[in-house]
Formats: sequence, structure tokens, C-alpha cells
Amino acid sequence: MQQRNTAWLILILILVLGAVYVVIPGTGIPQIGTIIPETKYTIRQGLDLQGGLQVLLEADVPPGTELDSRAMDTAKTIVEQRVNGLGVTEPLVQRQGASRIVVELPGVTDPQAAIDLLKQTGLLEFVYAGTQFLPADTVVKTDCVDPSRVDCGTGGGTTTPPATATPTVLAPTATTAATLSATATTSGTVAATGTEAATTPAPTAAASATLSASPTTEPAGPVYHTVMTGVALRTAVVGTEQTGQVVVNFELTDAGSRIFSDFTSQHVGEILAIVLDKKVISSPRIDSAITQGQGTITGDFTIESANQLAVQLRYGALPVPLKVGQSREIGPTLGQDSLRKSAIAGIIGVTAVILFMLLYYRLPGIVASVALLIYAVLTFAIFKGALQFIGIPPVTLTLPGIAGFVLSVGVAVDANILIFERMKEELRAGRNLRTAVDAGFSRAWPSIRDSNISTLITCLILYLFGNAYGASIVKGFALTLALGVGVSLFTAILVTRSILHLFLDRIDFSARHAWFGI
Amino acid sequence: MFDIVRRRYWYFGLSLLIIVPGLIALALWGLPLAIDYTGGTLLEVQFKETPRALEPEQIRQLMAEAGFPDSTVQTSGTDIAVIRSKELNEADKQKIITALEAPYGPASVLTAETVGPSVGAEVAQSAALAVGAAALGILIYIWLAFRRLQHAFRYGVCAIIAMLHDVLVVIGTAAIFGKVFGWEVDALFLTALLTVAGFSVHDTIVVFDRIRENLTIHRRLDYETVVNHSIVQTLDRSINTQLTVMFTLLALTLFGGDTLRHFTLTLLIGVFSGTYSSIFNAAPLLVVWENREWVNLFRRRNPATA
Repeated sequence: MQQRNTAWLILILILVLGAVYVVIPGTGIPQIGTIIPETKYTIRQGLDLQGGLQVLLEADVPPGTELDSRAMDTAKTIVEQRVNGLGVTEPLVQRQGASRIVVELPGVTDPQAAIDLLKQTGLLEFVYAGTQFLPADTVVKTDCVDPSRVDCGTGGGTTTPPATATPTVLAPTATTAATLSATATTSGTVAATGTEAATTPAPTAAASATLSASPTTEPAGPVYHTVMTGVALRTAVVGTEQTGQVVVNFELTDAGSRIFSDFTSQHVGEILAIVLDKKVISSPRIDSAITQGQGTITGDFTIESANQLAVQLRYGALPVPLKVGQSREIGPTLGQDSLRKSAIAGIIGVTAVILFMLLYYRLPGIVASVALLIYAVLTFAIFKGALQFIGIPPVTLTLPGIAGFVLSVGVAVDANILIFERMKEELRAGRNLRTAVDAGFSRAWPSIRDSNISTLITCLILYLFGNAYGASIVKGFALTLALGVGVSLFTAILVTRSILHLFLDRIDFSARHAWFGI
Repeated sequence: MFDIVRRRYWYFGLSLLIIVPGLIALALWGLPLAIDYTGGTLLEVQFKETPRALEPEQIRQLMAEAGFPDSTVQTSGTDIAVIRSKELNEADKQKIITALEAPYGPASVLTAETVGPSVGAEVAQSAALAVGAAALGILIYIWLAFRRLQHAFRYGVCAIIAMLHDVLVVIGTAAIFGKVFGWEVDALFLTALLTVAGFSVHDTIVVFDRIRENLTIHRRLDYETVVNHSIVQTLDRSINTQLTVMFTLLALTLFGGDTLRHFTLTLLIGVFSGTYSSIFNAAPLLVVWENREWVNLFRRRNPATA
């Protein structure tokens, strides 16, 4: 018994030290080789605390329309790409329920610009890059005038070469290089020879009239010619070659295949970049002329990356029209003010609880207060992500979350109150100290268990339904409360018991009634 | 020793005294729904220097002149105007701020919230669904946890009735406060309501657990005595837990800032009601059920069960 108690005390000490390490600002998991990347423990503040913009995007479809879940996933991916383009730190894009996407943009000051960007339909362009390989995610400028037309209003097929301001031509790397070729299911070897590409364009300054229309504030850089837009694409699917290589097969509309046929015949061996919202997603080289309106993009694809490309080709525009269902904009000063005030309120509240426990329960009250402080440290450590390795994510701290935490402090004490009341009953009935303490714990256990399980049931249901609430408030609250219940069971029972047992043999109860508030 | 169970109809009556006016208020005025549920825009504007006191009526007129009639305006503190209106876009907001800056000097947006009407209806619906599902889950759990007792099902039902009692107290109070103080029922209110529901059951189970224990110890005592005995035995614990929760909630209410005040006050009311209903409604209801008192109900002067 005594040994087991010591073991518990050591375990508690280790946990508390670990938690304290996590809670101290600026600490993190140290990097171990390359297996576990170094991560810092930070408390993630919700929008209501740090200020910013929350937008709820809803599928703009008639009520009752069945939504394809995969289409929503794609829409989410595209929205995510646009959000990343905003350059906001720690943005959040999440699907919510069947038809919504929540976007949280901390610190955004121009809500309308952000909302416009989110709703904008994506523009897919096939851009002529000459011999220059454009790595994925390169932001490019194009001469596209009217994205709704297949040829962008520039007369597709012209061979105006790109103006390369940067003389360095990036060599294609093995992982990103891809090639375009005509689909040939029978022969499989139709990659045209490079002889046709006699007209290697010499870089000249692009000075077409359409370009001067572009905003002057943009950084100077090469302007690429858009051969055609995503409008020209009929479909794109993932396929596998006989060699087992994963490819993306695509099919063009009639108008698209005319432009493509002209263009690819003239530019074999050069690069036709696929650009989504002015960002390069792939830079395939033209292997052969594609005249039949069907082609294949080969490269070092995995099924997943090929699928992603196919999806982007198909749905350059959002697969589901979205509208703004709700937006919340919180000024930064309000949030910080609320955080400071609720922190102060929390400290006052916890102090009051501790004073009450000390005055009413005396020695056990001291032990309960220590357990309560341990509870606070452990919970806070979990909020900061201490349990990430078993899949409990860091908790985003919101105002209701803080309220839930402070409330859970009150509830955490409840288990101790239950135990101590039973203990007092046993002591009054004349039991000796050790028996009374043990009876207090064992008798109080069923009520602690059942009442906490019922709270956990409530939390679970709130968490499951929380998705439907339009705001993540309910979910966050349920999560904080559930974590609180779990940790409080540990501290109120195991921690209190282990510490109390330390004193048991050292106290002459007959002379020390007052220590137990009797 | 206190005899709580014997006076049970007095306590049921006290509950009704709180709940019935709330229900009447609810029927007359409805719940003061915030834009979370009705759709629209909530705009909080803070003025940097206020050369003159903010007048809600004047702000309303300025809004109407700017082309936004039917808005409501409240002031918060000396320098914040809270404006509710139909949905506004960014240009509308700028227009309003410009209009208000004329008399009151430079202003900035503290918060701006816009909600479409479709979201609101759905939120209310799924909230009701969530409470229903939680009630069902808890009912089944209590039924299982008390399965060794006779009529285990009753404990679950009585706990849920006590929970509904607390939910009604909170909703009724919200309807009254909405009319009197201009409070609004928003997403935070919903969270508070769900918390109260959880706390209520938590509290009730502690009392029921004692009944469960005492029924096996004191087999010769009649049911009513055992129930009363159990309530009294857990009274210290009920009061102390209530006190500790109230300390933290009071601290949040007094020092936690304006954003959370309605939320924590709602919780305070609900948590208090939760403790009350566990002691004075849930456990005595078990006795009412055991004695099948509704058979005599019409011969009594006292009001019906809560």
C-alpha cells in the first residue's frame, strides 16, 4: 500500500513537471533526429480573443439539393489555397456539416476584400512558358483579358513568347517535371520528336497592348501568354499506363482542341504551365502535338497527387457555388481586453474557491487546493497541446472556452467535496482516520462516477451536434468541459488520495480534530 | 432534522412561481432572438473622443437618413454604440460610420457580425435536437446505473424532469430579461443553456446515488423517509458545491468584462436552479411517483406537479 502510494506520488510529480515545462512560454518538443520535428507549444487564441474575421461560406444551391461531399472537399481545398494567398498567419479553413465551410482569418482588417477573394471563382489557365520550367506555387502574371472565353480574348494560339525578366532557367526536378502527350491507347509511343519545335522563341520584351492594362503596382516580372483557359477543358481523370505509371488524361472541347492542336504542333518540347488563380500547379513539357482533343499529362505522380491535379483541372472554378452565410468581425482591442479581464476574473474565482476549501475543510482543504492547482496546470498544458501525441489536439482558446475552464474548476472541486463530506461522516461516526479516509473515497466513488459520466455524455452529444451550430463555439466549449472532467477525475481522486495518505500515519487524529474541520 | 419531502408541494409551487411568469413572458413577447438566429448585422462602433453624449435616438435618425431605417441602437458605456439592422455589407458599414462621425467624431468598428437567415433557423432546430438527444442519452445511462433498484426508469425520468425545469427557468428568465433589460438570446446563451442542462443532471445524480445507497442499507424504512434522509445527508455537499461554482461564476460576472456578463449571469441562474431542482423537485418527485399521488391530485388545493 505504502509503496503503491509512493509510486503514484512519483508519477504525479513527473506529470506536473512535464506540464509545467509545457506551460512555460516558449518551450517545445526538442527535435529528435529528423523523426520528430521541433514543435513549439503555443496556446491558440480564438478569433474572439485576437480579433479578425470569421466567414461562414454556404453552398449556394436550392434547398434540398444533394451535395456531393467530394465536391465540397474540393471547394474547401480551393478556398484554402486562396486563403493562403492572403498571407494571413494561422488561418483556419474547415468544413462544417454537409454544406458549409468556415474560414477564420486572424488579424484581417479589410473584411470585404477578404470575402471577395474567397468567393471569387478560380481561374484555370494554360500558360505558355517557353523553355522555362516554372516550379509549382510560382506566382505568375498572364495576359488573360477575358477569362470567360476559351482563348482569354487574346487570340489563343499566338506564339508570343514569355518575357523572361529572370535569366535563370530552372531545371526541371525529377519530382515535378511532367510531360504532355497525345493519348494513344494502341501504340503508346507517339511522343513526337523535337524537330517540329524549330521556332524556339527568343525572349523579347512583351509589349502587347493588353499588358499595359495591368495594375502598375504589381512587381515587375515576366508576363506569360495564356493559350487557353479552363473553359476549354471538358474533363480530366486519373488513369494508369500499361507500365503502371499514374497519369492524368484530359479531353478538350471542340474549340479547345482547335487551339491546342495549333499550339502544341508549334511548340513541342516547350513548357505549357497549368496555372490556377495565377499560381502554377504543374509545368508539363509538350512531348507531342495534341490534335485529337485528347491528351495525357505524365509525370512523377502518385495516385493522390494525380487526383489532386485532375480535380484542379476539372474544378478550377469552385465545384460548388458559395455564398457568405455569416460573417463576424472582431476588433483586436476588444478581444485582448476580454482576455485580460477574464484571466483576472479566473484568478479571483479560483482564489475564492481555495479560501473556501481551506476554511471549511482545513487539512483536506489544503490538499484539495494543491490538487486544484495541479488540475489547472495539467489542463492548461493539454490546451497547449501536451497530449498531441495521443491525438488530443491543442485547444483553441475562446471566451466561452475560458468560461468553461473556470466553470470546470468549480466542478473539479465537487469531487473533493463529495469525498470530504463522506470522510467527515465516517469520522463523526467514530471511525479511525485511515478507515474514514478510505471509506470517504470508496463511498463517494459511485456518485462521482455516475455524475461525471452524465456530464461526459452531454459533452459528447454537444460535440457531435456542435458541427451544425454555424459557429464552433459549442464544440470548443464541449471539448474544454470534457477535458476538464477527465483531468479533474485524476486530480480530485488520485492526487488528493496520494497526498492525504502521506499524512495519515503522521497524524494523531484524536488530538487533531480541528485539522479536519470537525 | 429537515423534512423536505413532506413539504414537497410547497417547493413544486415555488418552482411554478418562477416558471409560470417566465412562460407567460415567453408566450407574450417570445424570446428576444439575437441576429445569430434572425439574420442581420450587429455593429459595435466605438468613438475615440465623444464631444457629446451618444444619443441612441439621434443615431437611429442618422441611420435612417443614410438609408438604413428599422435599425435599433443601444449604447454601451459612454463611447460605444451597438447597432442592429438588416444585413449590411462593407460599403454600408462605411457609409454608416461616416454618417455617425459627423456629430460624434472619429469612430472605429469594434465588432461587426452578419448572419444570413438560413443559418439561424437551422441553429435553433439542431439545438432542440441536441438537447433531446442529450436527455435521451442521460435517461438511458441513469436507467442502467440504477438498474438494481426497483423502477430504475423513474430515476432517469425524474432527473430529466428536473433538467427541463432548469431549462424552463433559464428560458423564462431570458424572456423576462429580454423585455425588461433588452437582453438578447445569442449563440452564447445556447451554450449556457446546454451547460445548465449538464450541471443539473450532474447534481441530481449525486442525490439519487445517496438514495440508491440508503435503499440497500435501510431496507425497513419507508421510501419517503429514505428519500428525505438522502436529501439531508447530501445537503452539505450540495450547498458547498453550489458555493464553489457560484464563486467562480460571480468572479466572471463581476470582473470578466461585458462580453461574457450575460453568459455568466445566465449560468448563475441556471446553476442555482439546478441545485434547487435536484433537492426540491427531482428527489421529491420520486416519492410522488412511488405513492401515485396524481390519483388524489384533484382533491388537493396545491398546484400540480412541476
